[in-house]
Amino acid sequence: MITRRVKSGAHMDGIHDLGGTQGFGRIDVEADEPTFHQPWQRTTFALMMATQIVMRSHNTDEYRHAIERMHPAHYLLADYYERVLTGTVSLLVEKGHLSQAELEQRAGGVFELAGPVAEQPMAELAPQVTPRFSVGDRVRVLTISPAGHIRAPKFCRGHQGTVIHRAPRFRFPDTSAHDGERRKEHTYHVEFASTDLWSDERVTNDSVIVDLWDSYLEAAS
Amino acid sequence: MSEQNDRQTQNDASIEERVAATRAALIDAGRITEADLEHFAHMAEDWKPENGAKVVARAWTDPDFRARLLEDATSACAEMGYAGPQGEYIVALEDTPDRHNVIVCTQCSCTAWPVLGLPPDWYKSPAYRARVVREPRRVLSEMGLELSDEVAVRVWETSAETRYMVIPLRPKGTQAFTEDALARLVTREALIGVALANPPTR
Repeated sequence: MITRRVKSGAHMDGIHDLGGTQGFGRIDVEADEPTFHQPWQRTTFALMMATQIVMRSHNTDEYRHAIERMHPAHYLLADYYERVLTGTVSLLVEKGHLSQAELEQRAGGVFELAGPVAEQPMAELAPQVTPRFSVGDRVRVLTISPAGHIRAPKFCRGHQGTVIHRAPRFRFPDTSAHDGERRKEHTYHVEFASTDLWSDERVTNDSVIVDLWDSYLEAAS
Repeated sequence: MSEQNDRQTQNDASIEERVAATRAALIDAGRITEADLEHFAHMAEDWKPENGAKVVARAWTDPDFRARLLEDATSACAEMGYAGPQGEYIVALEDTPDRHNVIVCTQCSCTAWPVLGLPPDWYKSPAYRARVVREPRRVLSEMGLELSDEVAVRVWETSAETRYMVIPLRPKGTQAFTEDALARLVTREALIGVALANPPTR
């Protein structure tokens, strides 16, 4: 008999947004690491690609957000490819391609999936289809914090930086992940001084460059 | 506390069982085929850091190619046969004696698959994603790369669709090296920026 965990509710600012989080330890590098360590990882990568490209079940933004909806404890403990599997299968179940009951019967135990999409996942941001900023402009990242998918990391929100490059137009992920309006916007490589981002940073010329969609930004002086 | 207890169930299917169940359910339903899965797995196994190493070695030896790579890395990599998913818009970051570049994806684990390969475990670890934007010098030092204070560290966060590759400094004492020999000095770690290109004696 299967005992199921209590599903976590919709949450904002998920565990995935790790930049700047403290408390982690050393990083170990494996020399000449293979593409995959285990056969199941190889299969999982292929399932992730095939469900998006062959089945067209969901798009990449929906997929990234499904991983972001995993329970934080599950997310942090899972292998990368377990997160890939969990995000992919959560969408297959949500879109009716597979049932969780069938999968658990086949797997012989609990198959934990991601939590649900928030009811109001998107911040209201006016589309910015023509580029508003140029190289050299000072910009500030909006302090928005929507309950759904957003690719402006928390650590740069509210901070000012300088545009150092304008990239082509790409799908706006916040609406794309939530079946919203399809639009493309330019992204900008915005350089933030490390001393502005991190109060504990000693004085250096170091910086962090974040690739940000036009909608996430406002002019600064 | 109750949530903590809820998380510890005794009857979780193993990851191998969950993958096998998903694969079988989709194939039995006719939604995908074994051939589809093999196609994508093989594709991934063709994306290797050796590809990016060859791009770097050519940039070190061919000034015209270097200029094209810095201007439009997507087409410069494509002219060497390296293109595909997660390589739609590649930007090459050239290290200089006073500027060191390092790449991260804090929110998932994006990399330029066709030139760097799928990301290695350390790049995908919560520790790297959390720490390198905040304390890059400490992270690099722990990974064996000491940088002087005169070198500015630029950390590139892969938050949108740009995919980056680092062009590390060409090691000293390699003037006589062929392009192939130079490529063998460039590791995946050097292409991401947590290591330098290997010296010729190694």
